[in-house]
Amino acid sequence: MIDKTVKNVADAVKDIQDGATLMMGGFGLSGIPENCIAAILKRKIQNLTVISNNAGVDDFGIGLFLNQKMVKKMISSYVGENDEFERQLLSGELEVELLPQGTLAERIRAGGAGIPAFFTPAGVGTEVAVGKEVREFNGKLYLMELALEADFALVKAWKGDTAGNLIFKGTARNFNPLMATAGKITIAEVEELVPAGSLDPNQIHTPGIYVQRIFQGNSYEKRIEQRTVSS
Amino acid sequence: MLTKEQIAKRIAQEVEHGQYINLGIGIPTLVANYIPAHLDVVLQSENGLLGIGPFPKETEVDPDLINAGKQTITMLPGSAVFDSAQSFAMIRGGHVHLTILGAMEVSEHGDIANWKVPGKMVKGMGGAMDLVASAKNIIVAMQHCSKDGHSKLLPTCSLPLTGIRCVKKIVTDLAVLEIDPEGGFILKERAPNVSVDEIKSKTAGKLIILGEVPEMQFD
Repeated sequence: MIDKTVKNVADAVKDIQDGATLMMGGFGLSGIPENCIAAILKRKIQNLTVISNNAGVDDFGIGLFLNQKMVKKMISSYVGENDEFERQLLSGELEVELLPQGTLAERIRAGGAGIPAFFTPAGVGTEVAVGKEVREFNGKLYLMELALEADFALVKAWKGDTAGNLIFKGTARNFNPLMATAGKITIAEVEELVPAGSLDPNQIHTPGIYVQRIFQGNSYEKRIEQRTVSS
Repeated sequence: MLTKEQIAKRIAQEVEHGQYINLGIGIPTLVANYIPAHLDVVLQSENGLLGIGPFPKETEVDPDLINAGKQTITMLPGSAVFDSAQSFAMIRGGHVHLTILGAMEVSEHGDIANWKVPGKMVKGMGGAMDLVASAKNIIVAMQHCSKDGHSKLLPTCSLPLTGIRCVKKIVTDLAVLEIDPEGGFILKERAPNVSVDEIKSKTAGKLIILGEVPEMQFD
């Protein structure tokens, strides 16, 4: 087995440079790479392009990058929970590409799978279609969308092994397995890191081939945006 | 006029046995509370779950289990979790039978706008564009008029579109309407104690009235 472990989070992110393109897993605050976010924040890296479904909230997740003005461009599908994001967007400080969520997911999947482009019905007749090739198949119109790749993909899994195999939990899976395939360097942080051979191969969600670096994270806050309970 | 809960209750009457259903944020989420117990349906959450259950008890709250509105939820027996590409593959692939979502505007041709007010508000489309481009049946749940009193049922949408010619039915606080393939809102039902004239005066798009318009029925 090839050992993918790095000593700690500082080691994992040490070569991320100004101007890098980062994919960051998560839906809302669920399944975000909390340890990597904290380490990148500490390094004060600038001019980042961040590909992430959401932009965190004002004081957690990617919102922390936005507060430090570390982000040049965001590629996302929904940013409604972050006032600072909306302010930077409306004032023109931040460049933003908003995409249908399924298009975002499929562009990342395609990027990892060697598919340069594909056609989707999402966004036909809307401003998402501006400048894109439209083609008719079987009487219905579709937009051509291009694959997305990143310099680094930062993903968070529940369990992982030293060979880089990953298992996710619940809806914290979301974009993480897709992004793992589309990073030139994929950094996985996991709640529990075990020796290769300890995980059941039948249960692996992301095979280790996609992961270049893995470490066990700590102090996960796992903040909940909308704690909703039944009586 | 219907409350939000009553709008949800009326929409629940559209649900059929055996359907896979995606409920949007807001009023659509409430529909789950009114689906008759004898119907077996499965609720899909775009962030990667089939089989949304009730909100958890305080002791069951799990940050790794949320719905598209980022609310904590539970999973019913027989649930499945999956990644975001798989989630939208089942949406675009037409495997989800019914989509219920909110809107800021609907046009008489079934166009929908619900993600952006230029210069004022940009939340993003999330999964809405994928859903409206693909679902076989799309029902909109919304207020008939905006907070400042303007009709949200228009000849053409003024806001940036989410999808074109996709909405089939609209349930508002005043009425149930269907989109005529030739263009127009066909008035199917009116809310209790709401007159056809009131609906007419609050519908900016073409309103089609075919005979007597029945009042909505609630159990």
